Amino acid sequence: MSNLLTNELMSTVGRTSEPYRELVTRRDIRKYAIATDSRQAKYLSGDEAPPMFHVPLFWDVVPLDELTPDGVSIDSLLPTFPLKKAMAGGLKIDYLRAIKPGDWLTATRTLSAIYEKSGRSGALIFYEVVMNIIDDENRLVIREKTTRILR
Amino acid sequence: MSTAYKRIEFDQLTVGESLPERQFTPDNKQLFLYNAVLWNAHRIHFDYPYATEVEEYPGLVVAGPLLGDWMHQCVEEWLGSSGRLTSIEYSNRSASYIGETLSSGAIITQINQDTREVTLDVFIKNERDEVIAPGVATTELT
Repeated sequence: MSNLLTNELMSTVGRTSEPYRELVTRRDIRKYAIATDSRQAKYLSGDEAPPMFHVPLFWDVVPLDELTPDGVSIDSLLPTFPLKKAMAGGLKIDYLRAIKPGDWLTATRTLSAIYEKSGRSGALIFYEVVMNIIDDENRLVIREKTTRILR
Repeated sequence: MSTAYKRIEFDQLTVGESLPERQFTPDNKQLFLYNAVLWNAHRIHFDYPYATEVEEYPGLVVAGPLLGDWMHQCVEEWLGSSGRLTSIEYSNRSASYIGETLSSGAIITQINQDTREVTLDVFIKNERDEVIAPGVATTELT
């Protein structure tokens, strides 16, 4: 193993974002269902949110001047990694409760792990971000773990 | 377009059974609307000269999470009102581009008679029959 994972980098594991509270609207559900080519009436009508609706609901809404030249926003939860090139990542999503228009949901993101593996072309850094989404009764609605790989 | 679904007969399910596949040919309009609802301004999805000349992609890149939506849809359209999707795990292995036709599908890999939990391998394939996004979905049948 190389020493890519400095103490400073590893000290960021456990870092948590400010909770982010958002309102689910029928209009937003309908737009998402159409944009994703859904064929289910309950989603197209906006009566219920399709799976993955939490992705647009909690995508960072940043001002124009905070976008990079290639049009992405900087994720303030993440430290500066010594490897920059992002490779394919993975996602695990647990669905615990249905989402309906009128629901207020709160997402909290935590940088839950950073680890290193050796790949065919050298060292790889993996990091994981867990997003827990709860409703106003404090019930867990969705738990999502994202894994990203840097080389 | 919406679809009506038949109820699944749990006792008749078999490991190895395939779910109906569905083809998708995402175009600029769909990709625009998808990224607009996300508030995603990443130029590889809408700026052709940038995507091809600066990032050196062969075309406009289909947004990765959209493939995740199609995997969910494949399983949920099969489930109908016979159960619910409780968990999914997937990865995006390689990019796809506007103009390509992709297909979603799934195969039943485990059936738990006691818990009525059914596990499926889900996938998005490209036109060359390569799996560009593999996953595993867990469902609970009622």
